[in-house]
Amino acid sequence: MKIGIVVFPGSNCDNDLFRAFEKQKLYEVIFLWHKDTDLPKDLDLCAIPGGFSFGDYLRTGAIASKSPIINSIIKFANSGRFVLGICNGFQILCETGLLPGVLLRNISTKFVCKNQILKVCNSNTSFSKLYNENEEVNFPIAHHDGNYFVNNETKKMIYDNDQVAFKYHKNNPNGSVDNIAGIYSQNHRILGLMPHPERRVSSEIGLDGERLFRSLNI
Amino acid sequence: MKVRVNIVLKPSVLDPQGQAVANSLIGQGFNNIKNVRQGKILDIEFNSNEVDINMINEMCEGFLTNPLVEDYAIEEINT
Repeated sequence: MKIGIVVFPGSNCDNDLFRAFEKQKLYEVIFLWHKDTDLPKDLDLCAIPGGFSFGDYLRTGAIASKSPIINSIIKFANSGRFVLGICNGFQILCETGLLPGVLLRNISTKFVCKNQILKVCNSNTSFSKLYNENEEVNFPIAHHDGNYFVNNETKKMIYDNDQVAFKYHKNNPNGSVDNIAGIYSQNHRILGLMPHPERRVSSEIGLDGERLFRSLNI
Repeated sequence: MKVRVNIVLKPSVLDPQGQAVANSLIGQGFNNIKNVRQGKILDIEFNSNEVDINMINEMCEGFLTNPLVEDYAIEEINT
């Protein structure tokens, strides 16, 4: 399986994400630049890392969502292939319209950086099948704009299609609707989440994120 | 031609930044504050004197605002 990590000016989790995939020894991992207009023909998953693309100017993820590579990512996603967006990547996917909703400023107005317990809400997807339903996992969060907002009509659609991927458990760190921390597209092949599973792939600090990166090859 | 785009969060969307500003104003003794909503202003200068309003709307709806959570208003401004 071939995995492409998209790098924008201001991405800062690109190397972490690269290593999280590479460490599994299951994938060929490459970097892609946001000005590329075409994705490699044999690409299986396109991953958008965390960071502060374009300094979060205008709105978080907004400027990146108009980068040259985005049109090919939309076509890639619409052809049913895998897309993963973590943190700023999630914000960018919402701005492109590939995922519903939008990430607003944290309700506390503060940047939050801490370990966070999540609940796995759907363990039947290509990203989550190595987790148990309702399993509690610890992924760190580090964001200023993680307050997931969606109108009631779209929220109903998200629940009807089983699109909630993860929920914050025991506390809500940012004001997200229904404690939502991550969601899938309707076909469950696009995943966006605010927490950082790529920061939990070593035995020294925890392995809760590792199964997310292993599951795609099974 | 120059236009000013005023962007505000929709009334139904919580504005914690505006609320923090309101609380600070009250703390500074401005007791008559009922509410503050924080927005942003973009002043856009065009090359030509005539600009299609539909194009400005397209810019606003497709990029400058997120229509899920923001409203905007356009006004022409004189230099």
